[in-house]
Amino acid sequence: MTGRPAGPVAGPAAGDAVEEWGTDEISVHYQRRLALDKITLRAAAGQVTAVVGGDGAGKTTLLRCLAGALAPASGLVRRPAARQIGYLSASSGTYPDLTAAENLDFRASAYGLSAAQARARSGDLLDRAGLGDARNRLAGQLSGGMRQKLGVIAAMLASPRLLVLDEPTTGVDPVSRSGLWWLIAGAAAAGCAVVLATTYLDDAERAATVLALDDGRELAAGTPDQIIGAVPGTLRGLTGRPPEADEQRAWRRGGRWRVWDPPQSAGGPGEAIQPDLQDAVTVAALARELGLPGSTR
Amino acid sequence: MPMWAMIVKEFRQLRRDRRTLAMMIAMPVLLLVVLGYAASFDVSSISVAAAGPQAAAVAARLPRPFDVISTQAAQGRPWAQDQLRDGKAVVAVVTGGARPVVLIDGTQLFAARAALTALTSRLAQPAQAQPAQAQAAQAQAGQAQLTQAQAGQAQAGQAQPAQAQAGQPVPGADLAALFTAAPEVHILYNPELTTSDIMIPGLAGVVLVFIGTIITSLGVVRERQSGTLEQLAVMPLRVRDVFLGKIVPYFVVAAADLAIVLVVGVAIFGVPFRGSLPVFGLGALLFLFVTLGIGVLISSVSQNQGQAIQLAVMTLLPQVLLSGLIFPLSSIVAGVRWIAYLLPLTYFNEISRGVMLRAEPIGALWQPFAFLTLLGAVIVTLASLRFRRYLAPARARRAA
Repeated sequence: MTGRPAGPVAGPAAGDAVEEWGTDEISVHYQRRLALDKITLRAAAGQVTAVVGGDGAGKTTLLRCLAGALAPASGLVRRPAARQIGYLSASSGTYPDLTAAENLDFRASAYGLSAAQARARSGDLLDRAGLGDARNRLAGQLSGGMRQKLGVIAAMLASPRLLVLDEPTTGVDPVSRSGLWWLIAGAAAAGCAVVLATTYLDDAERAATVLALDDGRELAAGTPDQIIGAVPGTLRGLTGRPPEADEQRAWRRGGRWRVWDPPQSAGGPGEAIQPDLQDAVTVAALARELGLPGSTR
Repeated sequence: MPMWAMIVKEFRQLRRDRRTLAMMIAMPVLLLVVLGYAASFDVSSISVAAAGPQAAAVAARLPRPFDVISTQAAQGRPWAQDQLRDGKAVVAVVTGGARPVVLIDGTQLFAARAALTALTSRLAQPAQAQPAQAQAAQAQAGQAQLTQAQAGQAQAGQAQPAQAQAGQPVPGADLAALFTAAPEVHILYNPELTTSDIMIPGLAGVVLVFIGTIITSLGVVRERQSGTLEQLAVMPLRVRDVFLGKIVPYFVVAAADLAIVLVVGVAIFGVPFRGSLPVFGLGALLFLFVTLGIGVLISSVSQNQGQAIQLAVMTLLPQVLLSGLIFPLSSIVAGVRWIAYLLPLTYFNEISRGVMLRAEPIGALWQPFAFLTLLGAVIVTLASLRFRRYLAPARARRAA
């Protein structure tokens, strides 16, 4: 017994040019509630894949399935052996009563790194994460951002082939977020397939591919450009409050309003604007909510 | 009203914490029932082994509370002493010598005191309370010569049976008539009837229960609370690695605690250690295994440390009250006593007292060892199954 889920899991096909992990149409039920509905995720080596969505969209459930913490009721999960998976759970996954260095020691030992490898890798990652001076501080005494960075480097410690990070940047200040992205991009550049969940669409824009979830269902998937390019209809920008007829299709962003006009609709006041990823995902969610054609793929 | 808001909030939280609510309601009732039936130092029956040519006569005529459970006419004192050492009887009567010998197991504190009280009071009945024949017999026997039984003698004066005080004939007359010479009474294993000698071997078990159950359950459930459990589930660790990795440190600490308790007990309280250390160690090992299993079992059904403590206390309390540590098992009402035989501390008490005080060999302790092994197998299997489920990715429908 290895602690792996009972659900179907496939290894990489021999001779694959690019390693690709992910899920094929997995479904998860929490008691009677459908938490994931036939979700397919692709995570290619050397790339960052972002899973975006609001609270309760199913991001954590999907990442838990991918990492092996949860077995789906149906569908297929493709992931490497446990030793080649790095996972950061929704909490930082570090022991608050161990120092930063002790947390990494434990992880290194559990993943079978030699003492020399562990020392070299821990030192390098602590320095790269800017935690070199905090190596002997208890994880519980680190700031939220430092703890998240510690969690990320702990997940990266064994140089995994698949790195699964559940909201690594949530609650982290902008400077620490930059630092975290630098670490994440470094892992991808080293050939690791990175899958991260985030509620921040600007984070998602940095990813090579994006999967947007809403209430356990796929809302949009593809590269950020594909998702943006697939927005149906047009988008208008308004400085004032939109007319009542447009309110259902309007949202506030920054100091302005945006209104989505589905294809073949009459349009209205305001100037046409080019959507970005945040607009594209909002439109997809609106289209689904209003029962209009607009979900992207 | 702000206070009303707090009251409503507390009740809402309490309503959702079913376990605490159940404990608040069930615990007082449970404690009352268990303590009511278990909390008794009264000994209504004292098991007796009789040896020598008059063994059958002793069996036939020994009055209550003595209960002759075995007789061996062809045997003598060594056999009788073995009956006490092996915990088969509390009192042994050896006949056939110049004077009868009564041996009392001093490790059965309350039964030993009751036996002494019964012996001294019934061999010293007021003359008017006895028939003529018995008076003659007692005159011949005289006062029982109690050796090493000061405690019992002290009690005897206070514990004249109500029947004798009322001037009615009493069964003690038979006892007096039974012995043609003053019996020698020897209290074995705990001649001073010292309470600490009895309690410390049992307290060693309580220490192990405390470490094994409470501390272990807290240590394991902490993983869940700190959110690191999920990390462990996806790391390349086998369930066995995590299970043993979690309990071995507590095992080591508990073993060290046990050693400290024993050293303090022997060095400061003068508790004897007469038996075999390896036999004791084996018993402690088995017992610790069971208690650690209970700890893991508790942690696997607890969401947080508060729940784990609640459950651990609920397993600790009956062990302290019903295992024979405080109240003699024979004094517990049969309807409640069966619970004692499900508790590991009951068997560890038998082993620790048997080995430390009576130098009982492992062969004589096969029953507590067997039951402890059985309990260990059941509990550790359950614990590892629960732990596997607790750690391994649950089927999603169960994971909500």
